Amino acid sequence: MAKTMTSAAPGKLERHGLTDEQLRAIFRNMLMQRQLDNRGFQLNRQGKIPFALGSEGHEAIQAGAAMAFDRGKDVLAPYYRDLGLALGIGFTPLEVMLSLFARAADHNGGRQFPNHYSSRRIGMMSFSSILAAQIPHAVGAAYAIKYRKEAGRAVLVTFGEGTTSEGEWHESLNFAAVHALPIVFLCENNQWAISTPVDKQMGQPEVWKRGAGYGMPAERFDGFDPLATYDVVRRAMERARSCGGPTLVEGMCYRFLSHSTDDDDRTYRTKEEVDRNRQHDPVPRFERVLVENAIMTAADVDSMKKDVLRETNAATDEAEALPYAPPSELYTNVYEGAYEPWQ
Amino acid sequence: MAVATPAKTMTNVEAVRSTLYDALKRDDRIVILGEDVGNRGNVFLITKGFIDEFGPERIIDTPIAEASIVGIAIGMAMEGLRPIAEIQFADFIYPAFNQIVGEAAKTRYRSNGEYTCPLVIRTPYGGGVRGALSHSVSIEALFYHVPGLTILAPSTPRDIKGLLNAAIEANDPVLFLEHKRTYRLIKDEVPDEYYTVPIGKANVSKVGHQLTVVSYGLYAHQALDAAHRLEEEDHSVEVIDLRSIRPMDRSTILESVRKTRKLLIVHEDNKFGGIGAEISAMVAEEALFDLDAPIRRLCGPDVPAMGYALPLEEEFMISTERMVDAMREMVTF
Repeated sequence: MAKTMTSAAPGKLERHGLTDEQLRAIFRNMLMQRQLDNRGFQLNRQGKIPFALGSEGHEAIQAGAAMAFDRGKDVLAPYYRDLGLALGIGFTPLEVMLSLFARAADHNGGRQFPNHYSSRRIGMMSFSSILAAQIPHAVGAAYAIKYRKEAGRAVLVTFGEGTTSEGEWHESLNFAAVHALPIVFLCENNQWAISTPVDKQMGQPEVWKRGAGYGMPAERFDGFDPLATYDVVRRAMERARSCGGPTLVEGMCYRFLSHSTDDDDRTYRTKEEVDRNRQHDPVPRFERVLVENAIMTAADVDSMKKDVLRETNAATDEAEALPYAPPSELYTNVYEGAYEPWQ
Repeated sequence: MAVATPAKTMTNVEAVRSTLYDALKRDDRIVILGEDVGNRGNVFLITKGFIDEFGPERIIDTPIAEASIVGIAIGMAMEGLRPIAEIQFADFIYPAFNQIVGEAAKTRYRSNGEYTCPLVIRTPYGGGVRGALSHSVSIEALFYHVPGLTILAPSTPRDIKGLLNAAIEANDPVLFLEHKRTYRLIKDEVPDEYYTVPIGKANVSKVGHQLTVVSYGLYAHQALDAAHRLEEEDHSVEVIDLRSIRPMDRSTILESVRKTRKLLIVHEDNKFGGIGAEISAMVAEEALFDLDAPIRRLCGPDVPAMGYALPLEEEFMISTERMVDAMREMVTF
C-alpha cells in the first residue's frame, strides 16, 4: 500500500533565505495551481473541453522548485503534471487556459493535449506524452550548455516515479553522470502511475537511492513542504550551475485527483488512502505556516484567494472567447518552409 | 566549354568522412555522437582521428544506448547545437524508434514552430556484406511513413557529399542512410568546393524511352549496369536514382513513366509495404492510363532477414542478371 511521507509540524518556518514576498509568491502559485486545476475539471464536466489533467498534491513541490529556477537562464524540461512549475517560471493563467481550450493563440496552436506546455520565452522545452522521452532532451540541453561553457545555467527536468521504470530514464542519468552535466533530475513521487502503485513499479521503493548507482549525489525530501523543496532543489541547481554535475532529487507527494478526467481512481485505490493523504494537503498546511508566522494575515489569505479566483475567471473568459486555429493550420510547421502533403 | 572544377576521386565512405570533416571545420555547433565514433573513429573508420583534432567534447563516444543517443541529440538540437548522431548499424536503430518517430519528427509540429530539431542521424544499412540478421537490414520503410522526417539514401560519392551537406543545413531531422556494400565499392570524382544537392530531387542516371527503372542505394548502381547491358540489345531503359526517399520526387518519376509507359521498381528491402508500394500506388493513381504494362516490383524476399551463410545471403540479394531479365521482360512486354 502506498503511503505518504509524514510531514513536519506545520507551524515551523524554515525560510531558507526566502523573503516574505517570495514566500507569498510561492503560496500564490499554490493557490493558482489549485484553482486552475479545479477549473480544468469543471470545464470538462461542463462539456466545454474534452480533457483535463490535474496536479493537485504537487503544489508545494512545484512552487518550491520553481522558486529555485533562474528565469531567463535556466531551462525547464517538464512533464504533463507540471502546472505549478510552469506558472512559477512565468507561464500565465491565460496561457494555461489557452492550452485547456486549445485555442489558436496557444503556444502550439491547440495541437497538443492540455498541460503539454512549452514556451521558448521562458525556457520551457516542448515535450510529448511519452514518458521519459523528454529526459534525454534535457540531458542534451545540459550538454549544449556545458559545451558552450555557459556557467551559471542549468537544466531542471521533472518526472513522476513511474517514469523511472523507462530505459531512457536510466540512459539519461548515466550519460549526465559520465559528462558531469549541469542538470537536476527532480522526481515528483506521487505514488501512483495511473493505477500502478510504487511497489509494482520498482523493487526498491526509494528513487533517490539510485543516485549512488550513477555516481551522483541524491536526496529525498518532503514534497508537501515547498520550503524543503526549495532548499533541496536550489542546492542541486547551484551545484549544476557551478559545474558540480548532476543531482537526483525525490520529493514525496501524492496525487489527490484521478490521473485525468478520463480516469476514475476509485477503481484501484481506496477512499481511505486518499483521505489519509488529504490530511497533509500542502495548500492549507502552507497557509497555516504563513499565518502562524505572521507572513500573511487571514485577511491577506482571503484576499489572495479572491484575487486568484478573479484572475482565473478572467483568463477563462478571455481564452474561451478566442478562436480556434483554422483547419488549414493542420498543414503548417511540418517542416521548415512550404510543405505540400503527399496526396 | 565548361571549366573543370578541382575534384578528388573518392569512395562513398571517403565522401562521408570528408564531408563530416569539412562540416566540423566549418561550424563549431556541430558535434558527432555515437558508439565508438571517438577513440575507434567509427567501425568503418569514418571519423578516425577526428577526436584528436576536434576534441572529445565534439566527437562523443556515447554509452551503448541508442534511444538516448538520438534523444540527447534532439535536446542538443533544441538548444542550438547541430548534432550529427550515428547509429552504428541501422539494425541497432530500433531502440531509438520513439525518439525518431515520436519526438524528433514532431518537435517542430507539436510546438507549432517554437522548437525545432536540426538533427542528422547517420546510419549504415543494407546487405551483401555477410552481415547476417543484425548487420544487413534496410530500415527505410519503417520510417518513410512519418511526416516530419526526411530520409536520404544517396548512392554516389558526389550525392553523398551534396546531400549530407543539405542534411546538415536542414532545420529538421534527417535520417541519412549509407549503404554499406557501396562504402568501398563505389568510387567517383567529387568536387572540392562546398555544394548541396537538393533534398527531394531524384537523379536520372540514365536516359531511356522504353522503361523506367526506379531504385536507390546499392541497386541504383546495379540497375544502371543492367540498363547499359540492355542497351547492347538495343533496348532503351531510363534509370532513376531516388536519392531522397522522403520527400519523394513525384514529378521526376511521373514525367519519366509518362514517357516510357512502363515502370519497374527495384529495392533491397522487402516488397510488402516497401518504398515500391508507395511509388506503385502513386503511379497507379496519377498515370494508370499512360501505362502499357503492369507495374512491376523487384524486391527483397518477404522474410525476416538475410542469413549469414552465403547461399542464404545470395538468395536474398538481387543480382544484376535478375535485373537484366526483369528489364528485358518488361521492354518486350
